[in-house]
This record gives sequence, structure tokens and C-alpha cells, in this order.
Amino acid sequence: MGASISLDFISHKFSASAEPTLKDIENRIEPSELVALIGRSGCGKSTLLHMMAGLLIPTEGCVRINSHQVAKPSAKWNMMFQKASLYPWMSVKENAALGLLFDGVPKAEAAERVDTLLDMVGLSDKKNANVQSLSGGQQQRVALARSLATDPEVLLLDEPFSALDAFTRTQLQEEVPNICRERGITMVIVTHDIDEAVAMADRVLIMSQNPGRIVGEQKVGLPWPRRHMDAGFQAMRDELMQQFKGTDTGLAGRNAVESDESNVAKSAA
Amino acid sequence: MSTSNSQSIPVTNMMPNMSRFLGLFKSLQYPALGITCLLALWWVGGYMIEANPDLSAFSAFAPAPTFSALVDMVSSGEVWAPIGSSLYRILAGLVWGIAIGVPVGVTVGYFGVALKVTNVPFQFLRMISPLAWMPVAVLAFDSWDSAIIFLIVMATVWPIIFSTAHGVRRIDPNWFKVARNLGASGFQMLSRIILPAIMTDVMAGIRLAVGVAWVVLVPAEYLGVTSGLGYAINDARDTLAYDYLAAVVLVIGIIGYGLDTVCSVLIKRFNWHVE
Repeated sequence: MGASISLDFISHKFSASAEPTLKDIENRIEPSELVALIGRSGCGKSTLLHMMAGLLIPTEGCVRINSHQVAKPSAKWNMMFQKASLYPWMSVKENAALGLLFDGVPKAEAAERVDTLLDMVGLSDKKNANVQSLSGGQQQRVALARSLATDPEVLLLDEPFSALDAFTRTQLQEEVPNICRERGITMVIVTHDIDEAVAMADRVLIMSQNPGRIVGEQKVGLPWPRRHMDAGFQAMRDELMQQFKGTDTGLAGRNAVESDESNVAKSAA
Repeated sequence: MSTSNSQSIPVTNMMPNMSRFLGLFKSLQYPALGITCLLALWWVGGYMIEANPDLSAFSAFAPAPTFSALVDMVSSGEVWAPIGSSLYRILAGLVWGIAIGVPVGVTVGYFGVALKVTNVPFQFLRMISPLAWMPVAVLAFDSWDSAIIFLIVMATVWPIIFSTAHGVRRIDPNWFKVARNLGASGFQMLSRIILPAIMTDVMAGIRLAVGVAWVVLVPAEYLGVTSGLGYAINDARDTLAYDYLAAVVLVIGIIGYGLDTVCSVLIKRFNWHVE
């Protein structure tokens, strides 16, 4: 079952003297809604996603999931990262069952749930494989199964497909929203790829940088499944591109971008 | 490794056992050559000692008397008691070294501050020969056995600490992030993520520790105790039984090699890296 996410007047500074990374972010994401957060590298979209996951606490304001303030990570709101980060000393099955193990779910029950999920993500024949023998796409599928195993209400995606080949990426861009819609999971994806946003989301939030704020939003409202060649898809992409250009505040310093990203990594580790 | 078999392909098809034997022979030929060289040097040395009138009293150091003494010691069973005592001490020292070294290493590797605070004292202490602690050990412990085990701990703890800390520091930070995100408690993080991740490094540290400990053990057993391989060497010297002395040296080398082999097998067993 999906949960709602409220972003309540979030501002964030990585240090007291620094310019704010995020400023006055306010939005509400409905249960089972599929949302994409787009913006340039370093606009703070990934920082915002880490806050939704409870991996980072904003200096001002808060994230509420189902009206409860998020104070720490939970397997009920799961995040997928750009790197699959599987544990090489565990098999595919064990990796996928890790959240259930942490949660104290009995082994037999965990095995059963993971079994079904691995079938669903198309890894039926790899359940006992060494994760280091899998392709990048297969690894990301294991990470997807791992995220779904704990029955999350919210799935947070931090550019999880950006390192994959185009074919696998397109496949997963189609599969992940399908899974979320079937299970009613609320999905938030951070991306700088407008096509990805149009392919996966009901609603797109556009962020500006320095400081990061939500400067625009767009309902997508295209039918499923979405095809990149459809006229509606193309029109929506152009529309978003126009909006995005309109909000573009120029190419603010690369240094700011890099320090922002390393700050996220530090605070979240 | 198997690429050298290209010439023996017909043999492989006809007689698989034969080719396996050939493969084993091929993989052993270099070590066999090395051992032969060592034996030859030893033999030459023994010959030179015997030829020199000033040294001829020590001629029992040569290979032939040594091997016959070794056969004696094994057949009479007197070789087992000192081996038992020495192995007990090294094992006890190693267990303590691991029990102290791994938790300290994890702490130092995980908390940057702990690393900064301990770096200088640890590097300082590490450079002190474990044997230098002997007088302290004798005062602090009421039995010689405990004193020697303490010296072994002082030898083993440093490589284990440093190797463990190094392992913790190179853990992929994303592994922590993903585990936290999946709801890992502190204990689960330690038992399911950190310890398996650093297992190879810990084992590598233990391997280094075993090497140092085995080297330190023999001189430590020169002092006070009346058992163990170090004592056996001293005893053989005092009774001028140089063939027995050389046989004990041989035993020390063989056991040391065996211990190292066990460690390297364990390292392979625990290694999750794909080559």
C-alpha cells in the first residue's frame, strides 16, 4: 500500500556558513503516485531524496510519510541507488532477502517471498549465482527485488538506471512503474534524463539550483504503456524541456556542484 | 596453469589418470628444484664443516646425521611433546591476539578519530620487539607459560589490528548506506556487513601474525620453560647433541611452513573477491 509524502518547508545547509543547498521546498506526493524529480547535477535533488529515505535530516522543515516525521531509515521506504551495491559474499537470493533478515522474518518465509520476486524481475535461473557474475542490469534487478522484498510503501530511485546500457534501461523504465502501479507503491525517481521522467512518472517536479527549489511541476497523464515514439510522449518531452529551459538559472559553478555531491555522500555514509 | 598441457592432449584422452599425475608432477617440479638446491647447500655446508679441523666437532649439523636423528625422534615419539607445547602456546597467543586485535582493528578502522588517536602509539609499540617485553612478562605473570603466551600476543596483535583496520577502511561506503536503508541495526551492520566484508583482510593479518609468532616463539622458549621446541634446541646444545639440534630446527621449519599453508588455504576459503 502506498504512503503519502509531505515535504514541509525543507531547507538545508551542509554547514552553518554555507549557502543553503535546498530552500523552502514544499510539496505533497499522494499515495501510489509516481513522481519524477528533475534538475541539473548538483541542484540538491539527490539530497532531497536522501531526506525522504531518512538517510539525511534537513536542517529546517521535515519530511512526513503518512504524516509521521521521517527521522531514520526504514525498510518501509526503500531507496535504490545508481550502483546496485550488492554484497559479494552473499548469493543473489541472500542479497534479495537481506532486508527481511534484518527485520527478523523467518528464513522459510523470506526465501519464499524472495523466490517470487526474483521470478518477477526475471532472474529465476540466477537465484544461487554469485552476484559478481551478473551484468549491471541483472545486478540492478537484484537490488530492485531487495527493495521490494520488505513490502515498501515508498520506493525512492536515485538515478538507478544511469549506468546501464540503453536497452536494459528502457526495459527497467517500463517495468518499475508497472510494478509500483500493481502494488500501489508510491514512487519518487531522481533523474536528469527528461525522457526517463516522461516514461515513468505521473507528475514531474522541476528543480533549480543554488539554492535548490522546486520551480515547476507538470502532470504527465499519458496512457500506459508509454512509448518513446508516440506523439504524446514527444509533446510532453518538449513541453518539459521548455519549462526546464525557462527555469534555468545558468551554469552556476561546477565547484558548488561537486562539493554538494560529496557532502551528500559524506552525510549519508 | 593448465595452458602448459597443450602437448599432452592425446595422453589426456587416453589415460586421464596418467595426465593428472603428469600435471601434479609439473606443478611440483619447481618446488622440488628449490628443495633440492637447499639440500645441496646444506650438504656442501656440512662437508665444509667436516673438512675444517676447527669445526669438525659440529659435523653432526650435516644432512645425514640430522635426518637419522629426526627418524630417531619420530620413532621414539619424543618429538611430539615439544611440538605439542609449542603449538599450544602459539594457538593460545593467537586466540588472544585475534580476540583483542579484531575488535580494536574494527574500532580504529571505523572511527576516523580512533585512527588518528591511536596511530602514533600503535606504530611505536609495534616496533618494539615482543621479546623486549620478557622482563615485564615474567614480573606480570606467575607462570612461564603465561609469560610466553603474553609475548606471542604482543607479536600477533599488531598485524591483526592493522590488517583489520585497513579492511574496514576500504569497505564500500555504499554498503553501509544500503544496509542502513534496509533497516540494519548496529549489531546487524557488524555481523552481516562489516565482518564478512573484512574477513579476507583479517585472515591476511592472521597469516602475518602466525609468521611473526612462530619466529618469536623459539627464542621465547629459550627462557625459563622446560618444554617446547625452543627448549629442545637449548637442551640439545647443552648436551652437545648437534644432530638433534638440527633435527629440531628442521621440525620448526616444517611446522612453520604447515601453519602458513593452513592460513593461505583459509584465506582462499574466506575470499569473496572474484579474480
